[in-house]
Formats: sequence, C-alpha cells, structure tokens
Amino acid sequence: MSADPATASGYTTHPQRMGFFTDTSVCIGCKACEVACKEWNHVPDDGMTFTGMSYDNTLSLSADTWRHVAFIEQPEPLGRQEPGVGGMDFRWLMASDVCKHCTHAACLDVCPTGSLFRTEFGTVVVQDDVCNGCGYCVPACPYGVIGKRESTGVAAKCTLCYDRLGVGQEPACAKSCPTDSIQFGELDELRERAARRLEQVRAAGVDSARLYGHDPDDGVGGTGAFFLLLDEPEVYGLPPDPVVTTRDLPSMWRQAGIAAAVLLAGIAAATWGSRT
Amino acid sequence: MSEDRPGDQTDVRMDDDLALRPEREAVVGSAGGREPRGDGRRDKREGRWRGERRRGERAMVPEADFRSYYGLPVLNEPTWHDYDIAGYLFLGGLAGASSILGEAAELTGRPLLARAGKVGALCAIGGSFYALIHDLGKPARFVNMLRVFKVTSPMSVGTWILSAYGPQAGLAAVTAVTGLFPRLGRAASAGAGLTGAAVATYTAVLVADTAVPLWHDGHRELPLLFAGSAMAAAGGLGLLAAPLAEAGPARGTALLGTALEAAAALRMERRLGPVAEPLKQGKGRLARLGEVLSAAGALLGATAGRRSRGAAVVAGAALLAGSACTRFGVFHAGVASANDPAYTVEPQRARLAARERQENGVRE
Amino acid sequence: MKPPGKLPGGLGSWPLLRQLTGPDRTGRGAAVRSARTDHLMARTATADRVVKSVCPYCAVGCAQNVYVKDERVVHIEGDPDSPVSRGRLCPKGAATLQLTTGESRLYQALYRPPGGADWQEIDLDQAMDMIADRVIGTRRATWEWEKAGKRTARTMGIASLGGATLDNEENYLIKKLLTSLGVVQIENQARVCHSSTVVGLGTSFGRGGATTFLQDLQHSDCVIIQGSNFAEAHPVGFQWVMEAKARGAVIIHVDPRFTRTSALADLHVPIRAGSDVAFLGGIINHVLSNELYFREFVLAYTNASTILREDYRDSEDLDGLFSGFDATHRHYSSETWQYDGMLTVAASGQRDEAYDTDYDEHVAGGSETHGAIGHSMEGTPRRDETLTDPRCVFQVLKRHFARYTPELVERACGIPPELFAQVCRHLTENSGPERTAEFVYAVGWTQHSDGSQFIRTACILQLLLGNMGRPGGGIQALRGHASIQGSSDIPTLFNLLPGYIPMPHAHRHETLNAFLMADAPHKGYWADMPSYLISLLKAWWGPSARADNDFRFDWLPRLTGSHSTYDTVMAQLEGSCKGYFLLGENPAVGSANAKMQRLGMANLDWLVVRDFNLIESATWWKDGPEIETGELRTEDIGTEVFFLPAATHTEKSGSFTNTNRMLQWHHQAVEPAGDARSELWFMYHLGRIIREKLAGSTDPMDAPVLDLTWDYPVEGSHGEPIAEAVLAEINGWDEQGDPLPGYSALKPDGSTSCGCWIYCGVYKDGVNQAARRKPAEEQNWIAAEWAWAWPDNRRLMYNRASARPDGSPWSERKKLVWWDAAQGRWTGYDVPDFDATKPPDYRPAPDATGHDALSGIDPFIMQADGKGWLFAPSGVVDGPLPVHYEPQDSPVRNPLHPDQQRNPARMLFPHEHNRANPSGDDPGAALYPYVVTTYRLTEHFTSGSMSRTVPYLAELQPEMFCEVSPELAAERGLVHGDWATIVTARNAIEARVLVTRRMPALHLDGKVVHQIGLPFHFGPNGVVTGDAANELSSITLDPNSHIQEVKAFSADIRPGRRPRGPGLTYLVRDQQRRAGVTEHTGMEI
Ligand SMILES: Nc1nc2c(c(=O)[nH]1)N[C@H]1C(S)=C(S)[C@@H](COP(=O)(O)OP(=O)(O)OC[C@H]3O[C@@H](n4cnc5c(=O)[nH]c(N)nc54)[C@H](O)[C@@H]3O)O[C@H]1N2
Ligand SMILES: Nc1nc2c(c(=O)[nH]1)N[C@H]1C(S)=C(S)[C@@H](COP(=O)(O)OP(=O)(O)OC[C@H]3O[C@@H](n4cnc5c(=O)[nH]c(N)nc54)[C@H](O)[C@@H]3O)O[C@H]1N2
Ligand code: SF4
Ligand code: SF4
Ligand code: SF4
Ligand code: SF4
Ligand code: SF4
Ligand SMILES: [Mo]
Repeated sequence: MSADPATASGYTTHPQRMGFFTDTSVCIGCKACEVACKEWNHVPDDGMTFTGMSYDNTLSLSADTWRHVAFIEQPEPLGRQEPGVGGMDFRWLMASDVCKHCTHAACLDVCPTGSLFRTEFGTVVVQDDVCNGCGYCVPACPYGVIGKRESTGVAAKCTLCYDRLGVGQEPACAKSCPTDSIQFGELDELRERAARRLEQVRAAGVDSARLYGHDPDDGVGGTGAFFLLLDEPEVYGLPPDPVVTTRDLPSMWRQAGIAAAVLLAGIAAATWGSRT
Repeated sequence: MSEDRPGDQTDVRMDDDLALRPEREAVVGSAGGREPRGDGRRDKREGRWRGERRRGERAMVPEADFRSYYGLPVLNEPTWHDYDIAGYLFLGGLAGASSILGEAAELTGRPLLARAGKVGALCAIGGSFYALIHDLGKPARFVNMLRVFKVTSPMSVGTWILSAYGPQAGLAAVTAVTGLFPRLGRAASAGAGLTGAAVATYTAVLVADTAVPLWHDGHRELPLLFAGSAMAAAGGLGLLAAPLAEAGPARGTALLGTALEAAAALRMERRLGPVAEPLKQGKGRLARLGEVLSAAGALLGATAGRRSRGAAVVAGAALLAGSACTRFGVFHAGVASANDPAYTVEPQRARLAARERQENGVRE
Repeated sequence: MKPPGKLPGGLGSWPLLRQLTGPDRTGRGAAVRSARTDHLMARTATADRVVKSVCPYCAVGCAQNVYVKDERVVHIEGDPDSPVSRGRLCPKGAATLQLTTGESRLYQALYRPPGGADWQEIDLDQAMDMIADRVIGTRRATWEWEKAGKRTARTMGIASLGGATLDNEENYLIKKLLTSLGVVQIENQARVCHSSTVVGLGTSFGRGGATTFLQDLQHSDCVIIQGSNFAEAHPVGFQWVMEAKARGAVIIHVDPRFTRTSALADLHVPIRAGSDVAFLGGIINHVLSNELYFREFVLAYTNASTILREDYRDSEDLDGLFSGFDATHRHYSSETWQYDGMLTVAASGQRDEAYDTDYDEHVAGGSETHGAIGHSMEGTPRRDETLTDPRCVFQVLKRHFARYTPELVERACGIPPELFAQVCRHLTENSGPERTAEFVYAVGWTQHSDGSQFIRTACILQLLLGNMGRPGGGIQALRGHASIQGSSDIPTLFNLLPGYIPMPHAHRHETLNAFLMADAPHKGYWADMPSYLISLLKAWWGPSARADNDFRFDWLPRLTGSHSTYDTVMAQLEGSCKGYFLLGENPAVGSANAKMQRLGMANLDWLVVRDFNLIESATWWKDGPEIETGELRTEDIGTEVFFLPAATHTEKSGSFTNTNRMLQWHHQAVEPAGDARSELWFMYHLGRIIREKLAGSTDPMDAPVLDLTWDYPVEGSHGEPIAEAVLAEINGWDEQGDPLPGYSALKPDGSTSCGCWIYCGVYKDGVNQAARRKPAEEQNWIAAEWAWAWPDNRRLMYNRASARPDGSPWSERKKLVWWDAAQGRWTGYDVPDFDATKPPDYRPAPDATGHDALSGIDPFIMQADGKGWLFAPSGVVDGPLPVHYEPQDSPVRNPLHPDQQRNPARMLFPHEHNRANPSGDDPGAALYPYVVTTYRLTEHFTSGSMSRTVPYLAELQPEMFCEVSPELAAERGLVHGDWATIVTARNAIEARVLVTRRMPALHLDGKVVHQIGLPFHFGPNGVVTGDAANELSSITLDPNSHIQEVKAFSADIRPGRRPRGPGLTYLVRDQQRRAGVTEHTGMEI
C-alpha cells in the first residue's frame, strides 16, 4: 500500500515526497493561508456570505477555496486551559484544511483525460490546460476537496504550489502561516515530527489530540497532507475513515462484467425463448 | 526552583539556533489551572446523528455535534447536471441494450424489430454523446478523453468503449435503414451488440467509482440494476416501434429486465440500510416510480400488449419512462447521499467501530 | 520530465503512447504531463527584480518581497530574512497584492463642486493649482496674529488629519509645510489610537514608546495580554508569544471576549470593559500586602522611597478626588502632588498642567509631551530608604490600593476571586531575579476616558515586580498602523514638534529662551532640548534661522488650548475651520461619533481627500447615512471636495516605524499609474506651487513659508521628491553638510541641523540605516543590524535595569546589559540604554545638570530623577495615581467611589448629537442596560477601506455583526444569524447576530452584566458593507491625551433591522426622550 507514489507513477528518479503537517493545536485561525493561496494561485473570491458558523465564512474547500479554516466552538476542555466563560468547559478549535494529496488519490485515478496527475514530488495536480471539465474528480474525492470552477469550466484544487516547489520554494500558505501551524517538508520527516508532537501534546493533558491521515495503511494509503486534530475528524468536516473509491474498482468491473453477461443472456433468452 | 518548572528555556542566550522553530512546540492550555480530563464523548455521540441532521434554525454558534461540521456535507456535491448525466445513463443503457436486442432480432429474423433496435441505439447513443459533451466544462476539449487509457477511470474506459461501439452502432443503423453494404452491416451489428453490453453496464461502474455513499456502496448491485433497467428500456423501445408480431423478444426483455432491476434494487436497499434512505426521499423517489412504471409497462406489454398495438405502445412508453425515472432517481438519491454528512460519516464510523471490535476481539 | 523512450515526431506528445511505452503504464504521472506543465515556472523565479518592502497594514512591520515583472508588481510575499516576521504574513499582509493592484483602486483625480450631485473628473495639475489657491485664500481669510493679546501667528481655518499609514518622510513634509503656513490643527491616527500610551508610559518611564521588542517575548515566563487581542490584531507578532509558550511561559488573556488570542492562552479572564484599573489595582494590592514586590529593584530604580508633600491628599481620602481639583474647570492643579523638598518653580518650572484660564478652550494635550519628555525638577527630593515613612510613595501606594481587594475586583470587573487568584499567582511566581513577566496591551486600554491611567496602573505593577528594562519583561504597547509610531515621533499632531518637543503656547512662549527655560528639564537627557529644538529650526528655516532672530522660533504658530482632531470637528461644526485635508484617514467611519465627523465636513468650504479608493469620508455628501435619513441634502452641501488618488507603499520609497520604534525602509517597486501620487509628491508640489504663488510677497505672514528650506531633489517621470534626501534632513547634518552620527552630536548654537532628534543616526555615515537588511540568521536574536530603532538603535529600553545597582546581572538567566569593570563600560547583548561609561557607583554632585545629574543607578535616563515613577508627581492631569472610574456611559454604579462615578477630569463635548447615556442607577439607565465594546477582526483593517475593498479579505468577514451571549440573546429574543438593532443616545445601527459562549455574561454585585461586541470595520462603501460601530460612540476624551472612549459604553439591543430614512432618527430620539437624555445629562463632574 505504501509504495512511493512518484515511483509508481513513472518517475524513475524523483525528489523526496513532499507534504504538509498541519498542527491545528497552534493555529490562530488567521486565514493567512487562505489568502496567501488565493494571491499566489489567482483563485477568485468565493462569495460574500455571512454564515454564522463562528468565524468561518468560507464553509468548505472548493474550486475557489483551496485552504479552508474551520472554527469550532465546543463545550469541551482543552488540557488545563482555563477558558473563563462562566464555570463551563469551553474551547475554540481552529484548523486549516487542504487537499490531502492522497497516496491513492481517487480524483487522479478517475480523471479520464490525464489532467490530474502525480508530480515528481508525489503530489496531485490539475493541469488546467488539459482538463475538460468532466467533473468526475469532484464526487470521487472522499474528502470533498476538488471542485469545478463555473467561470472556467475546469477543475481546481490545491497544487501544493507545484510551481513553487519546482524552484525550491515552500508553498505560499505554509510560508505565510504566522505560527507555523502549517509545516511543509519531506513527508517522512514530517511523520516523525508529528508523532513526537502528538506525544508532547498528550503529555501536556490534551488527550483528545490525534493524528489524521498520517497512517500509510489507511483507506487512501496515507495522505501527503496530514493533521494533528484536537477532536474527531468529522467535527472538522473530515471523513473518519475515508477510502479511495478505486480500491473497489476490480470488484466493480467484475460486477459489471457479470451484469453485461446477464444482459446478453437475458435478451438472448427473451429472444430465442419467444421464438415459437 | 527552575528544576521542575518548564520555563527554563526562557533564559537569554546568544547561541540560539534560529533555524529551529520552537514555537511549533507550544502546548496551548498546558499551564492553566484545570485538571485535564478525558473526552468521555463516545457515549454522547450515540443516537444523536439522526435527530440533529437538519441545519434549520440555530440558537447560537452551533456547538459542533459529534459527527459533522455545522451539518455541512463532507463531500463536494457532484457538479453533474441531472438531465445530462442521468440522461446519459439512461440513453447509454437504452442504446446498449437496443443494439443487443436489434442484433438478436436480426439473428432471429425479425427485421423490423432489428431495425428499430439499431436505429434506436444510434439515436440513443447520439443523445448520450451529446449529453456527455454538453456536461463538460470545456466541451471543445472532449477529445482530451483520448489522451490516455486509464483502467482506473471508468470514464476513460467508457470513452474507449464508446469509441468502439459508436461507429459500429452507427454503421449498423445506417446499413439497416439504407440496406447498403449488408455484410458490413451484419458485422457492425454484431459488434455493436457485443460492445452494447459494456455500454449499458459500464455506467454503473462510472457512478459507483466515486465517494458518493449511495453509488459507491451500491457498487455490487448497481451494474445489475442498470442492466435490468437497460433491458426494460430496450424492451420498451421494441414494444413501441415493432409490430406486434415481431415484439415478442421485446416483451420478454422488458419482463426480464424489470424483474432484474427490481431484484437488484431490493437487494441493494437491504444491504445498504440507512444509506439507501435517499432512494425513498425527495427526487430519489423517482427510482421507485421507475420500478412501478417498468413493472406496469412490462406487465401490460406481456398481457394486453400482445394483442393490442395501442397497449403495446403505452407499455413501451411506460417502460422507457420507467427506465429514465430509475436513472434519475438513482442519480438524485446519490447526490442527496453526498449532501448529507450522515451518510458519509455514519457508515465510516460503524466500519471503524467494527474494526476496533475485531481488533479488541483478536487481542482478547 | 520529458517522457522516456523515443517516439516518432509529434506522436511523442500523445500521452497514450507515452503511457504504453514508458514506465507510467497506468497514465497517472509522468506520461500524462502537458507541455504547459513541463514549462511551469513560479513567477517568483521569473520576476525581473525583487524589491524589499514592508507590509503597509499594521505596526508589526512584517518585511515583504515585492516581485516585479515588466514594470508591474506580480507578487508580494514575506521576506524570510526579517528577524521580526521571519517571512510570515497575516491575511492582510498576504492580500497586499490585491490591495495595491486590485480593482478597487482609483487612478483618476475627481472634483465635486459645491452643491454638486456627483463627481467630475479633473486634471491633476489643475486640482493642485486649485488646492493651492484654496489654502492661500483660506489662510488669508482666517489668519490670526494674536488671540487675547498673545501672539499666535496662525490660521485656525485649515486642518489636516492622517499620517499613520504614511512614511516618516511624508509626515515630516506635512508637518513642516503646514506648520510654516501657520496651521496648527495637524493630527493623525496616533491621537485616536495610542496617545494615552505616550502619557502612561512616558510619565512612568520617560519615553512614550513600547519598552521592548517583539522577539524578546520569547524570554518571558508569563505573558499577560490585556487590552489587546494579540493573535488577531498583530498575528505575525504573535509567533513570539508562541515562542514563549514553547519555552514554558504561561499565557494569560484578560479580555471581555474569548478571542482567537484566548483560544491559544492558558487562562482567559473575562473582564467588564472599562474596569482594568480595578483589576490591575487588585494585583498591586495583592503584591503590596503580601510583600511580593522585588524590593531591591523597587528601592533602587523607582521613586518608592521619595517623600511626598504634606498637603497631598489621596483619592482615598477625598472620595475619589485628589487634592487640587478645580470643579469649575474640571481640572487639577498638580502642586500638592509634588515631591517634598523638590523646588517647584511656579511659572517656569511647571508646564502646561497649570490650567490655562486665559482661554475658554480645552486644555492642550500637554501631558502627552510630558509623557515623552520627563519633567523638570529642581532640587533633590527627600527619600526614606526603609519605605516606612507614611508619606513616602510606597506607603501612599499601599494605602491607595488597599481597597482593591479580590472582592472589589469581582464587583467591578465581574471576575471570580479564584480566577483572579490564579492570575496573581502566575504573575508573581514569574517575577523576580530569575524570572520575568511581560504585559502586552493595545487599544483595549488606551481608548477610555481614563485610558492613560489604565497604562499607568500596569507601569506601577511592572515596576513593583521588577519587570522593567529586563529581557522577557517590560510593557509591550502594540501600536496600530504601519507607521503610527513614526507619525507620533515625527508627529502630525497638534501639540508636538518632531521628537516630542512640545509645540509652544501663545502666552508663555514669546521667546525661545522663555520656552526652553519653561519646558526643558534641567536634569536627565531632556536637558539637551535646546540642541534638539534649535537643530530642528535650522532644518526648517536653514540660513534664515539665526541666533539673532531666535532661530525663527516665533515662526512657529502658537497653541491656545486643545486643537486635537475632536476639537477640530467642533470647530468645523461651529464654522471656524473651513478647509480640511484627509491624508490617509477615514474619520467618517474610524473616528468616534461618525455623524459628528460628517456633519463637520458638511460645514467646510473645501475638503481634500487623498486615498486609494473612494472611502466614506470622500463620498458622505452623496451617499452618507445622513443623506439616507434626510438630515442632509446633497444639493445643500456647499463643501467643495477634491479626491486625489494616493500611491501605495510599492509605488514610493520611504520608512515606516514599527510598533517597537524600528524604522524600516521600503523601496519603490514601480511608478504609480494615472494620477496616483505619494504624499511626498503632494506635499512637496503643493508647497512648491504655494511658494510660487506667494513669491515676492512682503506680508510677514508669508515669510515662514517663503523662507522654508524646500528644495528637495526630484526623480522619475512624476517629479517625485527623493525620499532619502528627506531622510537625510531628518537625520541632520553638521556645518559641512555631513550626516550626524547620533543625537549627542547636536548643538544648541545653530551649527547643526536635524529634523527629528530621536531619529538622528538613521542616516549615519550617509548610509540609510533603516534600509539595512542583514538576514536574521546571520545575527543574534536582537538583530541589531536589521533596520534601525530609536533611541540610538537600542531595542530594549531602560536596559540598565537588567543589572543590579552594582552593575552585575540580576541573574544569569536574564542577563542583558551589565557593567564591565575591566573595560570601564556598560556592555551586553543590546546597546546599553545608559551613559556607556558612567559607573554604577557614580553619584552626581548636588549642582549637576543634564545627564551628569543622574547617578549610576538611575536607569530611567529621560526622567529628571532617573527613576521609574510609581507615583507621578506631574505629567498626568487626572491624578498622580490611577483610580477606578466608570466609563462615561456605564450601566454600573462605581463600586469603589459611588459618589464619583466617572473620571472627574474627563473631556466632554456637550452637543445635540453627542449626548450621553444615563449611567449607573440614574433614571433612564435601564434603557441602555448593556456594555458595548468595539474591536478588530484579523480579517479586516481599521475603518475597512484597506480590507472591505479587497475581495480576498472581504469574503472572510462579509457582514457587520454583533457578538452576544446565549443569555442575552434569550433575554432580548435575538436570533442567531438574524438581525439586531443597537441603540445609544447618539444613533442606532443594525448588525447580524452571532450568539456565542465566547461573550460570557458577567456576574458582579449580584447583578448580571451582558456585553455586546462590535467590530468597528464596517461602513457603507466597498465590496462588503455594514453600519459603522462609530455611529454609536460618543466624543468623550481622556483629558491627558484626548483619546476617545470607544472601548466601553452602554447601549440597548433589540431584534430586527433598524428603520430606514427618518425613522432612524425617530428611533434614537424616542429612546432619548424615554430615558430623559438631554445635552446636559451625564455631563456632571
Ligand atoms: N487585523 C487587524 N489588525 C490590526 C488592526 C485592524 O484593524 N485589524 N488595526 C491596527 C491598529 S490601528 C491598532 S491600534 C491595533 C489594535 O490592536 P488591539 O488593541 O489588539 O485591537 P482591538 O480589537 O481594538 O482591541 C483589543 C481587545 O480589547 C478588548 N477590550 C475592549 N475593551 C476592553 C477593556 O476595557 N479592557 C480590556 N482588558 N480589554 C478590552 C477587546 O475585546 C479586544 O479583544 O491593531 C492593529 N492591527
Ligand atoms: N469604535 C472604534 N473606533 C476606533 C477604534 C476602535 O477600536 N473602536 N480604533 C481607533 C484606532 S486605534 C484607529 S488607528 C483608527 C483608525 O481609523 P482610520 O485611520 O480612520 O482608518 P483607516 O482605515 O486605517 O484609514 C486609513 C486610510 O488611509 C488610507 N491609506 C493607506 N495608505 C495610504 C497612503 O500611503 N496614502 C494615503 N493618502 N492614504 C493611504 C487607507 O486607504 C485608509 O482609507 O480608528 C479608531 N477608531
Ligand atoms: S484529497 Fe481529494 S482532491 Fe486531494 S488528492 Fe485526495 S482525492 Fe484528490
Ligand atoms: S474535471 Fe478535469 S481534472 Fe476532473 S476528472 Fe475531469 S478532466 Fe480530470
Ligand atoms: S500548497 Fe499552494 S495551492 Fe495548496 S493550499 Fe497551499 S498555497 Fe494553495
Ligand atoms: S495561516 Fe496558519 S495560523 Fe493562520 S489560519 Fe492558516 S493555519 Fe491557522
Ligand atoms: S498586517 Fe501586521 S501582522 Fe499582518 S502582515 Fe502586515 S505587518 Fe504583519
Ligand atoms: Mo490604531
């Protein structure tokens, strides 16, 4: 499962797999990542609607939002924190979400044009000169990341700043992040760092902390962008146990084969059966 | 005093390594006055998700419950338009099955039924091509589908299937109508018949190969359901277009197809449990309507339709409409299942819990 | 990345073939790359050049790299070399490209004739010519040689506002030109933002700037953020709090709301807005009564042992008033607050705090100057080193704060005693020789009718705990705009000359000598004021300024009271102020009582607005709220309006001074397009045209402007003055024209010239020190070679106090500056803030003056006694010690002094549109039962004109909202996500309702007090719009600094939208009527 995705995608030589470790425990919810991404990638604004969802007016990832910061107000404690809101437990979680750059990426698998492709860094990128806007990648993504932009008719999502990586620069969002909540680097190193970090946070009493997406044995083979969360993934709008849809593809083709055979046989039976 | 205090690193030193970013190590809330306590939220989650599913009016910044982010979907809604893509599913099924029925009719000497099947298949496949291209964000780039052949992409596979099928279906229809090149026509017709089976069923894989809960989880039954629905449609077309005398295969196809569809649907609903709920709600109910229409059409075709041309026409129309309704129903139910986080989160949670139980069981 | 394998001709570009022949068999990687992908190149790599710059939003001063391709700015991102920001940017900094190149910018000069219904395009040169004519005309018509028999030599007909967003060089030209024209009403955001900081910090320590710098936060063991929403308003600076946290510090946030700062803190302490003196006073009491102060530090470095005069009476003795109060004028005489044995020289030794009965105007903002200057002091005060004399400051302090018990804290602030005890414990455990604690505040403290005293309270506490001048300690005043510190240093402020030299007053300051005698202290570093002032006069009037003509001292226009921006509004309403420059400020949204701001402007003859886009202050005459209500009609408004598009920071060169006094240069990346021009261009050419028009005039009123040194070299296609030439003038030069190395080189004989003495050294050796950018990685954490900070490139002020009196560090852990006996000098990591060679055991001779009068253990070198002031014998006009008073509008009766509800010396402006809400248990108070506080959001900037116009920011917070608790929502039937209307005696606004636990209801005195939170960024123009919070606020000012009280007032809230049209006025009036509000209610002492 954990084969190097760049090697598996035909890169005989390639750099280390790059990714993100987003440590939400130090996120200040400033949304610099959202804005820096838009500036760098010329992503259009995503509508001016007040949602009442705490300080989140962006709702979710989409073609026009490649970084999304979630805000969750909860009657739960955060370690030893004294929230001072009147004797009750309270915490305010913030987390910046992004394309996971899955090891087994459904969006990429199902793309019929080769627009979505795996880069030498192991990331997943849309080539918007190729994409024909079939929209297949959109429902394929188990995280609800990729979208089709109405104005251009093509799919759009985080590129992990492929162009910047190419010249040795870190992605725009990670670079701007004031507290280094978004950490960019070689995936292997990030995974080690995250494991250490989890221990540290737990030891300090924040026992709801967990890693998400770090496990190469999960349903998508581990993600290139993974997270330290302070609550269950679904609380942040993330699926608790995502699976790359193409994992079941062999079985689907088999079923389709059977169905085709049944179809042929059925019509044959109906035809020859009604001969007399 | 500083031994047991964590603040020891706040001393002023001039040899700090600036490359380090210790602020990453900041543990928020580590020094407040409270005793940390466990989450204890597992029990809270239980039994909550169904009651709180709707967004509705909220008294305050909603406390995120334990299964969703403000009730927003986890998945992005498919951008496909129903008339294009549900229409495509329907027309593809109709075309594929009609080619088979046409070829079968040809082989059994029912020229009018054969011609109806072939012409119907060409029209249907033309329509389905149109729908597919129409749904693209960049229709002019349809040809980019031919850049690659990806077994992982049902749409890519389907494109190549269509590329094989389309010309054959076209030739079969043209030769059938004009009577020119009969040999070529026969070969094309046979080819279209064979590839038609793929055309009619691959669309099930197309929708199943997504994260849409209903579609994906239904991947075992959907191909059969689509095959049945395709048969019903082709049978309906045959009933509609062929004289009573030649319509026997159409009637049989319709009956068999309807039965297959109903059986597959039943099995799917049973197996999926709550995830199949959208088939009974909103536009998803079209699927049920489709089943009823198909069943009525098939029965009517098999009874009065044997004798009355009028009844046959009505039965054929009902079968076509039924097949279309089924596809629209499945399409909409799928979209609805993607739009409700419960259908994404709950099965995954159940899966995790089962895995956990298993692991614990193994350990015990 | 070319596909492997050789394929014939064009076929090689067919991915399918590459897929079938190469290693990428599934077609998911190498095989399917497009040509575009293969040639992708980041625009950071293809840019023609990278220009070094600084973020134009807030005062953190994050460094930016500006990428230019084909003479267009194509990208802006953080500069990783900066020791402050380390390459990071907050959302605003990250949106700078859209700010500077986005669609909302205007490039065409516009003109609105009197009564006109709409804008007309106007030629820029013609507009400049017309503006010059207006200035000359209004000046002639309103010129005032004298007032009440005293020479004033000024015009009160013209005013100017704005400067905090501008470069130091631009502020310098504004101040210089307008002052030479006799304009005194020159103001900027510093007034409304942090003016009380200058008073609070200045009187306590000697300088009005933040005492430390952001990176030093990492050395703190306990950071108390109070009156600041650090993570939201200074996000990139907040990384240093995280750094402290990572090293083990305790982070405490004291704020009415649970904010993004609280979310990352260990403790959030909810506090009732406006009650911080009670809270901090409670800690002081805890520290004093439990003997938790740092005795050695207190004894040596503060005035704790100084004995006060016998006739001093504390507010605890007089029910909330100090001795010396004059109720008629709402004014204190500070005579009885003096040290015992100190010579108080009646007319000359004392400065402005002697109330000026000559004028019927508000007292001038003298204390702000004092704040910065320190105080004249003659003689040697008596001390009691045992701290037991009942009249010594220490004992007075103890008595003064004795009633600030945890119970009082709970009654005043709504903070439960357990929570309060936790704060006390963390703070005191983390103070002392081995540990340091730091306070961080911003405008949550400054913007109160006793804001200066909020800050004073923290100063007292930090002095008692020995946290001053030491790493990880100090008081971090987080300032606002990119260069608001600069616009205070080179002040576009009415009461100051560059470098905190006071503006002269009409009666007392006839001659230079009289002025210097009166205002220059004789001890401490301010004793050199003659050198500073004369060098300034030389910079302005060059050869024309000679010893025999008092260096043209009488060409400085004179003050006759307060001429702050709010006084200017009143002058506009009354008709005496006729012309107004808005140079980067948006008072129609950003200033208190926005309606009064607009009504004032509607009474002008002419208005010049320079900005990036059509801000509310430029368009109120056609679409302002009063047009909607019918209170004003466009055709009746006679104001002639000029709109001139401004150049952005990427389009000009210049320096910003960040929150920690650090000057950073930003270089021009491209020339501004269309009519967009810099303020430097505008001021220079306006001056040039005026001087050309006045050439040959023999009218003595024209001499100051005609003799002004105004020959700056220009460059580029627009004739842009060279900013570095202005910086060189600010730095100053000697007789040979060589740049001066630092302010100690300044002379009082006219041989040196210097535009701002505290900036002297920024152009040392002819090198622009502010443009230094030695990467942080190549320096220690102090990064002394990154840009340049005043004073003298010191980063941590008063750092002499980081050593014991004997010169050795208090502790190894916290050493910063120490005495090196072998070398006979002070040494250490930072530049010592002390006479480098003055040994610790130096004691001055009794008759010593200047710095010689300070001993080797006097770390506060700008103070006349060299000590940190626990007790302020002068300089703070509303009391030598802080007292808890209620805000002007408060639903709570003062629990400490029930008969002295509010600050007795606060500044009021009774007016039909500036009425007060009934307070405490006054009749009608129940009609305005909730506490409102106003604040910022990370996603927006100030009045919103730099964020509501920027779609990437606007979409993040797209509507005006109010934050309320679930309890308040239930009480008033407010529905989450719906609308609410908030009403005060001034006006009513509507906002979307955000019901959240982050707005805790407070329990005090058996009563539940609800608070309503309002962001103040919204207004009617821009991509996203909303009602402005400042429609609700009143003009009620701190008497020291003339800052408005916008952080705490009362209001009513009800569900639903507000009425449109005249119904709105009716609603407000009706509520007033039912509450019995008139112009005079609430105006008592
Ligand atoms: N994102 C962003 N950053 C900015 C700005 C901006 O507009 N947007 N503006 C810049 C400017 S001009 C300035 S001056 C600074 C200001 O920076 P801050 O002072 O941090 O900004 P505010 O949000 O106005 O106020 C800070 C906090 O004070 C709290 N508060 C209100 N009243 C009281 C009180 O009586 N006591 C206490 N303890 N707290 C109180 C508010 O709830 C708020 O959380 O920010 C600068 N940075
Ligand atoms: N209720 C309430 N009111 C407040 C506050 C509060 O907390 N609550 N805070 C107060 C504080 S701290 C402040 S600082 C003020 C801020 O209030 P304002 O200063 O009135 O608001 P800004 O939007 O910062 O206005 C600055 C203007 O300068 C323009 N500008 C920027 N750069 C340039 C330039 O180079 N040249 C020119 N010509 N224009 C330029 C911007 O586009 C913007 O319109 O608001 C005060 N008012
Ligand atoms: S998260 Fe979704 S869009 Fe991103 S790589 Fe995985 S499947 Fe593709
Ligand atoms: S929309 Fe574009 S990127 Fe997505 S699957 Fe279709 S072609 Fe590929
Ligand atoms: S990596 Fe680049 S494209 Fe992806 S979210 Fe960050 S800035 Fe946007
Ligand atoms: S930039 Fe960093 S701190 Fe700010 S919201 Fe994004 S992840 Fe959080
Ligand atoms: S607004 Fe302030 S914190 Fe944000 S990038 Fe600019 S200078 Fe830095
Ligand atoms: Mo400010």
